[in-house]
Amino acid sequence: MNEKENKNAKQIFVLVTTLVITPMLISGCSRRDNSTGSEQKLITIKGSDTMVHLASSWAETFMMQNPDIEVSVTGGGSGTGIAALLNGTTDICAASRKIKDKELQLALEKNIHPHEIAVAKDGIAVVVHPNNPVKELTLEQLSKIFTDNSLRWSDVGGPDEEILVLSRESSSGTYVFFQEMVLKKQDYMQDAKLMPATSAIIQSVSTDKSAIGYVGLGYALAAKDKVKIISVKADDISPAVTPSEQTVKSGQYPIARPLFLYLNGEPQGTVKKFMDFCLSSAGQKVVTDTGYIAVQ
Amino acid sequence: MKAVWKEKAIRLMLFASASTSILIVIGIFVFVGKEAGHFAIEPGLKELFGSKWIPVSFQKESFGLLPLITGSLLVTALATILTIPFGVGAAVYISELARPAEREFLKPFIEILAGIPSVVIGFFGLVVLVPLIKSVFGLSTGLTALAGAVLLALMAIPTVVSISEDAIRSVPASYKAASLALGASKMQTIWKVTVPAALPGIVAAIMLGIGRVIGETMAVMMVTGNAAIITASPFDSVRTMTATIAAEMGEVAFGSIHYRALFCVGIVLLLTTFGLNIIAQKFLKKYRMG
Repeated sequence: MNEKENKNAKQIFVLVTTLVITPMLISGCSRRDNSTGSEQKLITIKGSDTMVHLASSWAETFMMQNPDIEVSVTGGGSGTGIAALLNGTTDICAASRKIKDKELQLALEKNIHPHEIAVAKDGIAVVVHPNNPVKELTLEQLSKIFTDNSLRWSDVGGPDEEILVLSRESSSGTYVFFQEMVLKKQDYMQDAKLMPATSAIIQSVSTDKSAIGYVGLGYALAAKDKVKIISVKADDISPAVTPSEQTVKSGQYPIARPLFLYLNGEPQGTVKKFMDFCLSSAGQKVVTDTGYIAVQ
Repeated sequence: MKAVWKEKAIRLMLFASASTSILIVIGIFVFVGKEAGHFAIEPGLKELFGSKWIPVSFQKESFGLLPLITGSLLVTALATILTIPFGVGAAVYISELARPAEREFLKPFIEILAGIPSVVIGFFGLVVLVPLIKSVFGLSTGLTALAGAVLLALMAIPTVVSISEDAIRSVPASYKAASLALGASKMQTIWKVTVPAALPGIVAAIMLGIGRVIGETMAVMMVTGNAAIITASPFDSVRTMTATIAAEMGEVAFGSIHYRALFCVGIVLLLTTFGLNIIAQKFLKKYRMG
């Protein structure tokens, strides 16, 4: 009897010890080595889904020129990228929005100094089904469509149908940018369908006659005839502007934003080499080729 | 003396590996609870009972869990309603009526269904099922709770079939023999004797199936439209708890209120599946005893 109790006590002891020690071990080795020395062979880029295509095209071209360096690109949203930068799990963060004050504050608390570099510009295209007769909308109409669920297509010059409003998930930089720029910081209506990816928006808009959504210009152009791109008027009297390379670059098209890469501190070593490449004429040609607008 | 020590050491090592999963479960509860606990202090649990989930806003952020919980419940309930007849029906057929050759053919195929990655099922749903639901029911969009429920039923059916089949097959042959000897037909025997005898096992199978359904994320996220509204209609869009965590966890600034609110969602989810599993285990034990 006594021996059995003894055994139980021992088992509990082992259990408790393991309970205490395991988390210590795990937390001990979770920090990533942040060296940015010139011997670095692997660069990681994480962040904006909008920029995944661009970043991986850069990575491909860059790796072709520098076969001994590997660049790995992952998406997840601008916020994901910034969080990764703050946690030291990525070298470069791709962001389709500026870093928020809150995030900056958190970064400084963690002794990380986000360094911002604008690398390209992107237009946000508003897309509808190809058979939708509506060709142009004002910013005000767009704002109403995305905030007021009683609005119908007939209110903006279309057939008498409900509007199916598609938005990106709130983790997307595009979501926040569209909210700030078009919705004038109002909340999206509660009925808006939040789609997990740009491709899901294109897919739904191409099959749904009453749908409206917003996607990066590059994606809208790549989808060709599957969706129709709406021309946008800044107000009632301004001319309608179709998003294109010229109109975004010249600033005529109102829904456009800069795209950023964030680093921890000034670029050094391999990362600097990569950054220099992105801003070089070869790098900026990649920007144009992937459907974005060059900054240089 | 040495040999005894060796034996003890090995015993301890095996015990440690056996308790690893318990440790992990406790660890998860502690970690998730810790983050959710911060939320309870600031801004307080009252915030969670609101009816609006607007985590990103320039006006006022709201973290009401109600739309998410009702969303998960609606999808799960619909999926369960779809799963039970198909799952139990298939199990009865495979275990009682199918010829051996049929069984050899059916079982592996149903199990393959369980092996399809949920994102693939989700993509199938987005491209095939969503337009289908839209045109069949004449809706403005097919991105509905119903679409999510159908996909989830597809994923839960293999679990339900294999565990209920197991339960039905382990009903003692003497029960059936006695029933048939008393003059009952084969169908009468199945529905009046075999299935009732296997009922605890079938209920456990359904419970485990529901557990899978509640926790499933990717497929649901792709087809339910993810609008955080409170509704009881299968033709409305819903936002489930899992989809909310998956979609938003990547974006949040660490340590922010939004971040902690997501952990509160996680706790609710964890407790739900935990509860379901305990109930399922109870039923499983019962039928193993019986």
